[in-house]
Amino acid sequence: MSVVVSNGQETLTLVLDEEQQMLRSTVRQFVDQHAPVGRLRTLRDARDERGYSASVWSEMAELGWLGLQVPEAHDGLGLGFFDLTVVLEQCGRKLMPEPLVSTLLLGAQALMLGGTEAQQAAWLPGIATGEKVVTLAFDERGARGNPHAGKALAARSGAGFTLSGTRVGVLDAHVADLILVSAQVGEGGPLGLFLVDPKAAGVTVTRHVALDLRNAGTVTLADVAVGAEALLGGDAALEVGDGGVALVDRVLDRARIGLAAEMLGGMEQAFEDTVAYLKERVQFDRPLGSFQALQHRAARLYCSIALARSAVLAAARVVDQSGDPREVAKYAALAKVRASEAFYDVAREAIQMHGGIGMTDEHDIGFYLKRAQTTLVTFGTNDALRARWAELNGY
Amino acid sequence: MSQPSEHSESAELREFRAEMRAFMREEAPKSLLGTSPCGPFDGYWGGKLHPEVPADVLRWRDVTLARGLTAPTWPKAYGGAGLTFAHAKVLYDEMRELGLPRPVVGFGFAMIGPTLLQFGNEEQKLQHLPAICAGEIRWCQGYSEPNAGSDLANVQLACEPDGPDHYMLNGQKVWTSHADRSDWIFCLARTDRAAKKQKGITFILVDMRTEGVTPRKIELISGASPFCETFFENVRVPRSNVVGEVNAGWTVAKALLGHERSMIGQSIGRDPGSTQRELVKLARKHLDAPEGPLPDALQRDRVAAVSMEEAAFQLTLDRLAQARAAGGPGTESSIMKIVATELKQRRFEAGMALAGAQGLGWEGDAFDDEDLSYTREWLRSRANTIEGGSSEVQLNIIAKAVLGLPEVK
Ligand SMILES: Cc1cc2nc3c(=O)[nH]c(=O)nc-3n(C[C@H](O)[C@H](O)[C@H](O)COP(=O)(O)OP(=O)(O)OC[C@H]3O[C@@H](n4cnc5c(N)ncnc54)[C@H](O)[C@@H]3O)c2cc1C
Repeated sequence: MSVVVSNGQETLTLVLDEEQQMLRSTVRQFVDQHAPVGRLRTLRDARDERGYSASVWSEMAELGWLGLQVPEAHDGLGLGFFDLTVVLEQCGRKLMPEPLVSTLLLGAQALMLGGTEAQQAAWLPGIATGEKVVTLAFDERGARGNPHAGKALAARSGAGFTLSGTRVGVLDAHVADLILVSAQVGEGGPLGLFLVDPKAAGVTVTRHVALDLRNAGTVTLADVAVGAEALLGGDAALEVGDGGVALVDRVLDRARIGLAAEMLGGMEQAFEDTVAYLKERVQFDRPLGSFQALQHRAARLYCSIALARSAVLAAARVVDQSGDPREVAKYAALAKVRASEAFYDVAREAIQMHGGIGMTDEHDIGFYLKRAQTTLVTFGTNDALRARWAELNGY
Repeated sequence: MSQPSEHSESAELREFRAEMRAFMREEAPKSLLGTSPCGPFDGYWGGKLHPEVPADVLRWRDVTLARGLTAPTWPKAYGGAGLTFAHAKVLYDEMRELGLPRPVVGFGFAMIGPTLLQFGNEEQKLQHLPAICAGEIRWCQGYSEPNAGSDLANVQLACEPDGPDHYMLNGQKVWTSHADRSDWIFCLARTDRAAKKQKGITFILVDMRTEGVTPRKIELISGASPFCETFFENVRVPRSNVVGEVNAGWTVAKALLGHERSMIGQSIGRDPGSTQRELVKLARKHLDAPEGPLPDALQRDRVAAVSMEEAAFQLTLDRLAQARAAGGPGTESSIMKIVATELKQRRFEAGMALAGAQGLGWEGDAFDDEDLSYTREWLRSRANTIEGGSSEVQLNIIAKAVLGLPEVK
């Protein structure tokens, strides 16, 4: 049955075409070979200064995956957002810490959605080749992920702006070549996105290691002076209302969908590993998986994953098939909420069903719970997104 | 959720859509427009024992029947239109657009019909399928027995040879929905007591008017009584009524259960977005908030949660249908059965929470009709996770058949 189909319009395609299936299996092979989950532990214990593998990143660039969605004019492959989510899902299986979310979901989307021709030409080719890491700074302590609640300010000064404020949880900030900072243009004014060089005077970046061992940081802007060309999209960008959906929201909606695709991969892998464990671990002279109490819980997780998968695929399609930001926003909320709920359930049950071994740092399964908790909070919690859904649906 | 437009609908399907739309605008009785949620249970149930049927319902049946559209995917030879599932979906989409009921619904169309198409012989198909298309006969399901519910393979209804051409049935069925209104019943019966459970079962069709068949009503907690027990006392049935092979009825039975689960799943699929509309309407009424954001944040959150789950469920129905068409994974009707039924229960629970004290009426003027019927529907929804194979049984199926978890030795 379809989502819908009124006015003679047809449904969303929720299955992969042949090329997308091929893409999926090549990415999967690559990930299985180059990105075992245990890498997270190694990077952590070595206190790796990047927190991810530069060689894996550049290999991915060579394979064309980083520029998958970047237009051909900017050295990319010009494919759809859906194709990108196919890659993200596979990377999510092994919880890859490479800067995919920051660069491809935040940075590149912002530039593609809102950048001027010059801004795109300056940054998109570098993203496609893996040379540039670009991130977005939108959250503050107390704002709890609401991009409109922060206090960062862009005061007009001369032809340019002076930026001030403190942003937290900025993904991959310590390795970023460019930080897009959202800030109110004048007190109570519209939200603008500013291209900020992390090395510019007045910018301080401190790294912290997040629960899921990914990199996030705090970015402090102390009266940072930028030119007029630093405003993403130029002054015109401040005037489009998009039916109430501002540029930052549009970027975050896409990020929600892409992140949900990653989460989908994570939950699938954690679930497969758990089912395999249930088949192999023997207690009371029989495999754990023969106990109905566990069978039923596993079967419920399976149903929950099926729903998350549908929501993610649909949302990714909507980005390509419908330009309507409100439509994308609804599907993004749906995908993120379903994925968060399912991933969290799978991850916590995965540990429970592994028993004591699941609680050890030595076993990989624990990483999935850490990632599930992190993604649950990232780009909007479930209650916030349900509120967004209700609002978008008029109640 | 409104719809993103899709450009990939084939030209042929688009043309069919336009044709169906024109046909319905032209031929569908005006009195029926906007009257139905258009689920697989919402429409004319047919049968000879049906109480007065409005003339327009019959007229709608007639105009669709003339084009084979009461059973669009069935072959023309049996009264259908020989269309693909994609066409049927377009047809139902268009009916839903207009709020038109399906011209013929029921267990004949949704369960025994598809099963006969697969397992019936030519005579059986010709005898029953056209009559089902026309809504002339209504069917009920004689599966459950007092000691064979979840353990369906334990059926004991005795089916013994009676002369060269007949069988004699003795025993009892239970929970036979609508038996008192049905013309025929499809039964699982025991033909070999020595064989292992599943091996001695035969699938047989019985005319309810055969001497010795007695349905007796049972009332549900919701106050309705579609339920019956059905007694069989020396009931003589022609051998030609056996579907498939004698003692091989279990295969037929399982195929039919697949159809049943998908019917139940679809009935809850309903009109996409309808859950949200229904709950928001209830919320506005009970929270006294005619417009704007709902004033009770917890209730609002709850409405959103149920509505989002429904949206994901809709998309899953869609995805599984597309995957099947693309030669992907096989039917996963058990998932649909569990999710759909539990979702429906949560929907009613959310509605009851919104209704508060207005949901506590059984009869009387203090409550309006809508409140009263909502309460009863909530009660009825408790059956959804029991009928058609309980949730626990579906979970067993998923665990073993889909996840490959081991059996208890
Ligand atoms: C409204 C309604 C309409 C129905 N209509 C029809 C009809 O038209 N025709 C017809 O033939 N039947 C019909 N049924 C019967 C229905 O199919 C059975 O009720 C159902 O299969 C469950 O069987 P039972 O009632 O005997 O419960 P039981 O099998 O006794 O089950 C009781 C409880 O135990 C659980 N349980 C049982 N076995 C297991 C197990 N192995 N593992 C874990 N838990 C288990 C069940 O899930 C359930 O929760 C209808 C039922 C309802 C409620």
